[in-house]
Amino acid sequence: MDFKPTAPIWLQVANEIKSDIASGALRPGEKLQSSRDLAVRYAINPNTAARVYQELEREGVCETRRGLGTFVTQDADHITALRIAMAQEAITACLTAMRTLGFTKEEAIHMLMIEEEHSNA
Amino acid sequence: MLESRELTKKFGSKTAVNAITLKLEPGHIYAMMGPNGSGKTTWMKMAAGLIKPTAGTVYFNGEPVSIASRAQVAYLSTEPYFYDWMTIGDAGKYYADFFKDFDMAVYDKLIGQLNLNPKDKIKSLSSGMTAKMKVAVTLARDAKVYMLDEPFNGIDLLARDDIRACILNAAADNKLLLLSSHLVEEMENIADRAVFISQGNLIEVRDLEEMRENDGKSMADRYREIFGHTEAI
Repeated sequence: MDFKPTAPIWLQVANEIKSDIASGALRPGEKLQSSRDLAVRYAINPNTAARVYQELEREGVCETRRGLGTFVTQDADHITALRIAMAQEAITACLTAMRTLGFTKEEAIHMLMIEEEHSNA
Repeated sequence: MLESRELTKKFGSKTAVNAITLKLEPGHIYAMMGPNGSGKTTWMKMAAGLIKPTAGTVYFNGEPVSIASRAQVAYLSTEPYFYDWMTIGDAGKYYADFFKDFDMAVYDKLIGQLNLNPKDKIKSLSSGMTAKMKVAVTLARDAKVYMLDEPFNGIDLLARDDIRACILNAAADNKLLLLSSHLVEEMENIADRAVFISQGNLIEVRDLEEMRENDGKSMADRYREIFGHTEAI
């Protein structure tokens, strides 16, 4: 994974894992790799990897069971909330980019619909 | 855990390390950053007890470094120190004779992970394979401090990936790793703290995630700020 050098690495890896949870690539209750393996896989500092799980736990996305490891939450509401939050983020980013390019909200929605039809065709 | 106070080394009229006071703690991977000739190797050699300071002292767990502390400090130097006739396996045995904490099982595992063949003769190794073997003999020790001087120098991308994984596996809460490099991009993600040294002087020690979060700056950005006007990167 290529990291943006100017944002904390823990945040970038945490977002990647959250996105895997939201998409279902990581299932509810699924065991996550140890933070050591996470460090090696992403080639990041072990303290940074540990921070990733601390933050995911703080947000309620994951839970650590003593001696067993870290698991994706089984709480379906939590995962739904995560999916919605990530979708909102994506939409906000898209609309902000469109506004920066000088498009109105209506134009942006119109283009989005055309794009959607085009990509489904 | 490892601390230098007012540490100075002069070679004739040249000051290689100038009154550096620096405290390094276990549980971290430090990147010692600076252009070639900034004093990184000299600082490490003094911390390893291999050369004597002109002034000042290095302390390991509060005691001045000595023969005793050398047993706790594993140092990978940039200079070769094996005999040509040795195989990779022999090098392990050679090290095991010198260091009580050398673990042959860990060494075998490391050379496996680094895709090295224990039967290969050292004189037949490429520079990348030699670099990997040096990392293996150093990390196979059960030391408290690991100092690796330029572990990524002059080796290909795949060998770097292998070495990086071994370094990350060696890190632990009770161990201190110090890596020197002038290759910023190799160190950016694996270190959590950076020690910037310029022309023998300590500039600063930074927590890298904190710097990214608070200042929006990478280690490379900071490196450019500090060294950009004096030397090319």
